[in-house]
Amino acid sequence: MTPDVGDLDGRVDAGGGRETPLGRLAVEFFESRLAGIGFTVFAAIALVALLGPVIAPQNPYDLAQLDILDGRLEPLSVGSNGMTYWLGTDDQGRDMLSAILYGVRTSLVVGAISTAAALVLGSALGLISAFFGDRIDSLIMRAADIQLSFPAILIALILIAVLGKGVDKVIIALITVQWAYYARTVRGTALVERRKEYIEAAVSLALPKMRILLRHLLPNCLPPLVVVATVQIARAITLEATLSFLGLGLPITEPSLGLLIANGFDYLMSGRYWISFFPGIALLITIVSINLIGDRLRDVLNPRLRR
Amino acid sequence: MTVFLIRRLMQSFVVLIIMSLLVFVGVFAIGNPIDILISPDATQQEIERATAALGLDKPMWEQYWIFLVNAAHGDLGRSFVFNEPAVGIILQRLPATLELALVAMLLTVVIGVPLGLWAGLKPDAFSGKTIMAGSILGFSLPTFWVGLMLIMLFAVELKVLPSNGRGATAEFLFIRSSLFTRDGWAHVAMPATNLALVNIALVIRLIRAGVREALLMDYVKFARAKGLGMRRVILVHVMKNIMIPVITVLGLEFGSLIAFAVVTETIFAWPGMGKLIIDSINLLDRPVIVAYLMLTVLLVTLINLLVDIAYSVIDPRIRLAEPEA
Repeated sequence: MTPDVGDLDGRVDAGGGRETPLGRLAVEFFESRLAGIGFTVFAAIALVALLGPVIAPQNPYDLAQLDILDGRLEPLSVGSNGMTYWLGTDDQGRDMLSAILYGVRTSLVVGAISTAAALVLGSALGLISAFFGDRIDSLIMRAADIQLSFPAILIALILIAVLGKGVDKVIIALITVQWAYYARTVRGTALVERRKEYIEAAVSLALPKMRILLRHLLPNCLPPLVVVATVQIARAITLEATLSFLGLGLPITEPSLGLLIANGFDYLMSGRYWISFFPGIALLITIVSINLIGDRLRDVLNPRLRR
Repeated sequence: MTVFLIRRLMQSFVVLIIMSLLVFVGVFAIGNPIDILISPDATQQEIERATAALGLDKPMWEQYWIFLVNAAHGDLGRSFVFNEPAVGIILQRLPATLELALVAMLLTVVIGVPLGLWAGLKPDAFSGKTIMAGSILGFSLPTFWVGLMLIMLFAVELKVLPSNGRGATAEFLFIRSSLFTRDGWAHVAMPATNLALVNIALVIRLIRAGVREALLMDYVKFARAKGLGMRRVILVHVMKNIMIPVITVLGLEFGSLIAFAVVTETIFAWPGMGKLIIDSINLLDRPVIVAYLMLTVLLVTLINLLVDIAYSVIDPRIRLAEPEA
């Protein structure tokens, strides 16, 4: 299902010929150089995450490949096996570059899964809220209000304290923290869209409710949802990294960037900055690139600013 | 206003009950604290005695009821680890956390407001654009990593600021705080900056957007036409109007500062309640976890309530009391 926004709203480009609304959005998106850079960088990061195990110089979690004598080497130093550690090694002789490649992968996957799940759950609740109204609406929205009045980290802490640690628990915490944003966004847009004529037409055609919700209402709620989702991926990644840094996130067997940074914390005081520094830079670049994309999408998809 | 207050108080109370149930039931479900507190070679009798002493042998609903009754008396159980009242342990550490959050809030206002004004008045100048780029960075930088980098720069490399602890405290007007000593300020500088970073970025954006919007308003044109100087128009007329959303957001953010202090306190070994909760979660010290969560939830709920009330006082246009049904 493509977000064929222009088409459904009857805003088809008259003289554009082959130009699709999506294509027009893309052209507009890349008019900003900063957004272009953000997109390129993020695409590169996603590619690196995808290929991580293939391009990494070593498998940082295969103990056979680690040499403890190579521990805490500075960036650019050459190890006992003749391998160059571009970004140095940690206390166990792990190549930081490889560890980061694996870590980015974990961070992105956890961020993407939790955001996608929260998006589906939140949108569903938002649609239900808007379409059925009344009791269901106030129940869902009250729950969202209460939850949003508490800081995300507090909610996550409560859940981790309650559920325990582990990848699945972190993902559950991230979904819980996020769903309300989508629910609110979708409900807000859906309430406006619901009163438009195309929905009335669909209802008059006696189409099944499910079909109206999913094929008519939902696609028109997508633009603001896309913007929220982009920003939320960045926030989910940050929150996961924060939890992992606190030792409450992902286990040591699936180290994300947050855990790598936490590992380096102990060595920071003795001036061995690289164990924390480089994973942090990787995290920062990832988040900045996503935020740049989100910022631009907000401008491009904002109907008030649409030309 | 009275109707609104009562309604709002009831709402906060319901939220508290729901949260307490959630926290209690949830925490009840995790691990068995006995396993951690008693040596593995303890006899069955010893284990039973300890279980009874901690009240862990009673059914869950009874434990919750006892918990609620005690909570109303300000007693949220005794810490398994410290063997002291949990609330007491947390209250001991509350001042340190509040101190940190207050200084962070102060920094947010002192740094964020002027920068936001500047960026709003000169949106196309290099300086304005730099401020905005900085604010995007402020949003994107992971707080904990910035904390580490601050330590690396100011404590390890330059050796100008201490990297951990709260420093010397002194008493003034019956309040013991490190803010009354020079050493205390040196200690609080880095953690508070770290904690304030996201909020500074937020305030910059809010103020900038507010200023840009306000400058197009008729009241600004009128004030200018009246012959008032630009300085007065901005500092008095514009500021008054844009401060309403800013105060609301700042008020709400205070709760999140206290919650996010967990991270900052861990990094800077700040002896507040945030560091305590992390240790307690790792040790499964249930009463302390519950007490921390309940107190923070209470604090956040209280702050939200106060902000709502403050909002109606500051802005007479907002009618909080809903029309009578």
